[in-house]
Amino acid sequence: MEEKNNGMDIVREIADKKYEYGFTTDVHTDIIEKGLNEDVVRLISEKKGEPEWLLEFRLKAFRYWQTLKEPTWGHLNMPPIDYQDISYYADPTAQKKSNSSGEIDPELMKTFDKLGIPLEERLALSGMAVDAVMDSVSVKTTFRERLKEKGIIFCSITEAVHEHPDLVRQYLGSVVPYRDNFFAALNSAVFSDGSFVYIPKGVHCPMELSTYFRINARGTGQFERTLIVADDDSYVSYLEGCTAPMRDENQLHAAIVEIVVMERAEVKYSTVQNWYPGDKDGKGGVLNLVTKRGHLRGANSRLSWTQVETGSAITWKYPSCVLSGDGSQAEFYSVALTNNHQQADTGTKMIHLGKDTKSTIISKGISAGRSQNTYRGLVKVGKHADGARNYSSCDSLLLGSQCGAHTFPYMDVQNPTAVVEHEATTSKISEDQLFYCNQRGIPLEDAVGLIVNGYAKDVLNKLPMEFAVEAQKLLGVSLEGAVG
Amino acid sequence: MLEIRNLYASINGKEILKGINLTIKDGEVHALMGQNGAGKSTLSNIIVGHPAYEVTQGSITFNGKDLLSMSPEERAHEGIFLSFQQPVEIPGVSMNNFMRAALNAKRKAQGLEPIPATEFLKLMRERRKIVELDNKLANRSVNEGFSGGEKKRNEIFQMAMLEPTFAILDETDSGLDVDALRIVAEGFNKLRKPETSALVITHYQRLLDYLKPDIIHVLIGGQIVHTGGPEVATMIEEAGFDQFIQEA
Repeated sequence: MEEKNNGMDIVREIADKKYEYGFTTDVHTDIIEKGLNEDVVRLISEKKGEPEWLLEFRLKAFRYWQTLKEPTWGHLNMPPIDYQDISYYADPTAQKKSNSSGEIDPELMKTFDKLGIPLEERLALSGMAVDAVMDSVSVKTTFRERLKEKGIIFCSITEAVHEHPDLVRQYLGSVVPYRDNFFAALNSAVFSDGSFVYIPKGVHCPMELSTYFRINARGTGQFERTLIVADDDSYVSYLEGCTAPMRDENQLHAAIVEIVVMERAEVKYSTVQNWYPGDKDGKGGVLNLVTKRGHLRGANSRLSWTQVETGSAITWKYPSCVLSGDGSQAEFYSVALTNNHQQADTGTKMIHLGKDTKSTIISKGISAGRSQNTYRGLVKVGKHADGARNYSSCDSLLLGSQCGAHTFPYMDVQNPTAVVEHEATTSKISEDQLFYCNQRGIPLEDAVGLIVNGYAKDVLNKLPMEFAVEAQKLLGVSLEGAVG
Repeated sequence: MLEIRNLYASINGKEILKGINLTIKDGEVHALMGQNGAGKSTLSNIIVGHPAYEVTQGSITFNGKDLLSMSPEERAHEGIFLSFQQPVEIPGVSMNNFMRAALNAKRKAQGLEPIPATEFLKLMRERRKIVELDNKLANRSVNEGFSGGEKKRNEIFQMAMLEPTFAILDETDSGLDVDALRIVAEGFNKLRKPETSALVITHYQRLLDYLKPDIIHVLIGGQIVHTGGPEVATMIEEAGFDQFIQEA
């Protein structure tokens, strides 16, 4: 017993884990007053110099949102959100605009450097273009010129509204309409910045595109909007990363990501979500309430969502696929890790409408501490989706005895030729596995990291290389203090 | 090398070891024989620091250091290795990653840099041949889907990788067919060096015929009741453990 206690003491010492990205940036930020009404919606639109049609879109969404009630069906214990106590627009680049030199505030450059996202192209990771978004505004998008040579558009959605209004107008809200749900309506009313990607016909995007979202200002929400359109026979791999400072209060993040995939096009969308999870007692943290959906419009199109979710006090999202095009294929790979008091209710929806459509769901939940981790997924096969196939595999791994893992698979199959399979397992890291590692010289923390990474391997393998390494480290760090 | 003095130990409040004294010198191979429940595995688990066992009295020193104050991984870094009776499966963790983590943890404890990738892969290739494991080993998950014999060979393979100075073989012969037993035993013998020592736990003479221990101890009821040379194994084979019960 003596040895066991020693082992547990070591674990307790590191239980107060450090959130590496919890710093704040001291930069002049133009924040509008807290509260939400039509004037605020108009003000946001005005600040961004938007055309009339977009203001109309926002106002319709806002009016609709006012008729809605916050949903409560999640397997979540949500703190009350006071929508009038949030500022809906924070611009950390305001100073730059006023001095008109066009240069980025060095403080902002430093912040992104510190996050490992250098904004100077000469320092950037080779083969990756970045759109860096802080609070409500895109700070910089790298490699735009090089991508433009191939006809690829990669810029902030604010710029896209001005430079490519027809494209934005054609696709915005076409996958996630503002009437979709409470948070989608809210986002459609007040969305600030995010990325816009257009890959023209037949173009294979030569580099990874990525957006890095950072919340900095206090008392604000982030409402980003991302729109990706992959035209016929094109290919793009897109990455999303997120961090936020440590703050005592909850911060709201309600985003929309829409993806349109045309004939034979392929989109890979990867997320490593590491928003501030709150402290070990459950104080603070980001509320991550996001609507992500892809529409496989063209025949034989492909879309994959890969997500590694380790952050946020609450994660509530279902990156989904609507498989309209005949022969289209969709994949969802997810690792959701919750520790301490974190809660996650996440999964996917696969809506099969076209013939011979195929979807795969691989979900790995990891729960530790007092956290609650839920997989919820819908597989729907429409009347006309002859030959549709789905394979789902949902595994849960429990560390300790005070956490919870839950699985809610829903199936709605309306076509008799469809084949839908579902497998689920629940397991625990055993003392024997840990001791085996210890006896080979591997310390407890490393052993947990090793075993968890092994468990999540099928998903991590789907991430682009740089992200996979980052995600592996993240899983280890997020679990520090979880065993004992 | 290893010195056990008046060791008493229990699990879940039940006393299993009742005053063990055992000294193993550099280069010696000792065998520990005894019936089920005699405390053989308890002793090996205590030497490697398994958290379920409680030492209530006595001491163990390893090369002069107090072993009982060290964590299991520190004992491993000191050069102690246990070939498990029932090696556990770790799904998804490749032998490659597992061995690299183990080797690098030891190197870190010694103040060395992590082993370069090419050197590591070369070592994996060389050492797996000692126990006749094929090249698929590196990418297989730790013990997952391994046959009983493969698991035991994999234990000796890990021993070859980590090069311990003191190894415990806990019923490594159980569940092995004749060929697998030969591979494991010959593999172990190839790894022996003049300064390394071992404690071999077994019920049977078969394994000892290969390993040729210097000293054999008989463990009954948590006490070593008899110590002798290789002839002890033959005595047990012929007349069982009862002859020693009278002695105790």
